Amino acid sequence: MKQPQPRGPVSSLLLDILTGPEQSSSDVPAPAAALAGAVRDALAATSDFAFDEDLQLTLFCLFELHYSGIDGASGHWEWNPDLIAARRLLEHAYEAQLHSAVTLPELPAPTSAGVAAGLFELTGADGGPSMSKYVAKQATEEQIREFLIQKSIYTLKEADPHTWAIPRLTGRAKAAMVEIQADEYGGGAPDRMHSALFAQSMRGVGLDDGYGHYVDDVPAITLASSNLMSMFGLNRRLRGAIVGHLASYEMTSSLANRMYARGFRRLGYNDAVAAYFDEHVEADAVHEQIAGRDLAGGLVEAEPELLADVFFGAAAAVVVDTWMTAHILDAWNADASSLYSAAAVSA
Amino acid sequence: MSGCAQEGCDDDASVDGPAGGTRDSAGPRQTIVAFPNGPLLVRGDFDIVDPDGNQLRRSRKTVALCRCGASTLKPYCDGSHKMINFRTEPEN
Repeated sequence: MKQPQPRGPVSSLLLDILTGPEQSSSDVPAPAAALAGAVRDALAATSDFAFDEDLQLTLFCLFELHYSGIDGASGHWEWNPDLIAARRLLEHAYEAQLHSAVTLPELPAPTSAGVAAGLFELTGADGGPSMSKYVAKQATEEQIREFLIQKSIYTLKEADPHTWAIPRLTGRAKAAMVEIQADEYGGGAPDRMHSALFAQSMRGVGLDDGYGHYVDDVPAITLASSNLMSMFGLNRRLRGAIVGHLASYEMTSSLANRMYARGFRRLGYNDAVAAYFDEHVEADAVHEQIAGRDLAGGLVEAEPELLADVFFGAAAAVVVDTWMTAHILDAWNADASSLYSAAAVSA
Repeated sequence: MSGCAQEGCDDDASVDGPAGGTRDSAGPRQTIVAFPNGPLLVRGDFDIVDPDGNQLRRSRKTVALCRCGASTLKPYCDGSHKMINFRTEPEN
């Protein structure tokens, strides 16, 4: 991914570190040693971690070292202990914020049937203002492009954060995860990969489909939505949460994507642009059943102590995406741009 | 990936499954899973055809077939069963 523009002292320090040499055995203290201290100071000062531009970008860049990397940064930084120390501080702050923001439902019996029914109930509850209804009925040409820009941060690597979980699962849950992910990755056809279908939608409305192209244009809460799944996916101890997160995404997808497809066609876009959304109507009607029963239910039957984590992950996905939707719709309802910088939309 | 790494493994070997039906070494060739309040999930080696035997459009290995009647993508499920509160089990 191209190097993003820093948004404050911590992301500025991190990007300086990443473009320098990675020296862990030098006599001179590496600049990376200062990062954790800077993160601590910033965490003490922030009022809302999920909306903190500087810290969410910092966490996003630290995670990105595990995905596509960052242009100009040595691959050795991925496992640098100073950077991992800083990442852990940020992750713990995020987890703590989520635990206070999320209200867990009454937990079901730790059976596959109970878990599936409980997750369908949790994700079927009214989540407030609806992005899909807005896009279907009233989004303007400019807003629908913003919608794709916001979505591109995760969707150009769609499925990747959940794939981290595969080696941490066993038996029925693992088989279910692989079955879902194989479909996400196109069942062997690169042009059917969901990320590739999304790139096609972006090109179809005149946007750049390069991975990470719009990172500088999205607000902290959009980075926070992506960071949520990277955190759940990259920490083995949170395997229950990443499984719950995926189940939540699958269970809230089919009906919403039908609405999104309708919005693009209302604005005159063709089937190639709508294909990503059409695909998700059908695919996720399959995936949500497998995710509820076999993936989440199978995991809880194998490891009953993860029951609460599964529901925490599902509920956290709903909460963070509700924050993101509210941010975007508030801007649009005020005739403003939802982007961090409005430059990209008119580009 | 090959499922036949063990010596003497024969992909065509059939054994009796738990219910007495014919199974290959990987389990039943097809299964239809009836999900409560939801679709029928069909997994395995099968064709979906119209009454004249012509293949219907199919874009994935495992499919969910509509059984609530409300899907706009029939024969496939589109999640509409949730909108109409479709129930497969008697209410208590």
